[in-house]
Amino acid sequence: MRVLYFAWLQSKIQKDEEEVTPPAAVKSVGQLADWLQTLSPGHAAVFSERARLRAAVNQTFASWETPLSPTDEVAFFPPVTGG
Amino acid sequence: MTVKVQSESFDPGQLLAKLCEDNSSCGAVASFVGLVRRGSEDVLAMTLQHYPGMTERQLLAFEAEACRRWPVERLVILHRFGRLLPGEPIVFVGVTAAHRDVAFRACEFLVDRLKTRAPFWKQEETATGSHWVEALPDDDIRAERWD
Repeated sequence: MRVLYFAWLQSKIQKDEEEVTPPAAVKSVGQLADWLQTLSPGHAAVFSERARLRAAVNQTFASWETPLSPTDEVAFFPPVTGG
Repeated sequence: MTVKVQSESFDPGQLLAKLCEDNSSCGAVASFVGLVRRGSEDVLAMTLQHYPGMTERQLLAFEAEACRRWPVERLVILHRFGRLLPGEPIVFVGVTAAHRDVAFRACEFLVDRLKTRAPFWKQEETATGSHWVEALPDDDIRAERWD
């Protein structure tokens, strides 16, 4: 599964993307966030601030309940500020 | 219809002139230009990051949504990314229609969508360092008017 990070998440996690293989029990965006949170102190810092985060699955806005499959592209980022 | 994401600058006057060209069927052209604001914090530069792929998809979805809602004739959305200086244009939205109501409303709708549903993030540089701009709750409230 490909996971992308944007804005301040990149400096905390020190990556802008990574390829991950979460356990089979990870079936939703929220469960993926719970699992990513255990990977490093940077991940923990980012995913402990869940209220400040938004997500997209396959380039479409998603919720924490959105289901996942292993080939999905998942992105995490702060609320957008375009325009 | 044109939707474009680019790092290069653009000339808003030229884009507007193009919308007015050979356009005898349209009585109205509405446009919006967003500029980098120096602001009270004395911003030295602003870097816009975006999500390549998702940005283009969202912009095309906004265009389709505007055309579904209103009898829009021509539509242009151009959004920049990368490092921009105060005064530089960030975004151009232009809409042509037979009458002004449609042109104004579709233009405002598109700007509200860009603010709240296009995957861009702004980082401001000031003399004391750089920080990511937080989304404004007011923008969400404005955007909800269209739902």
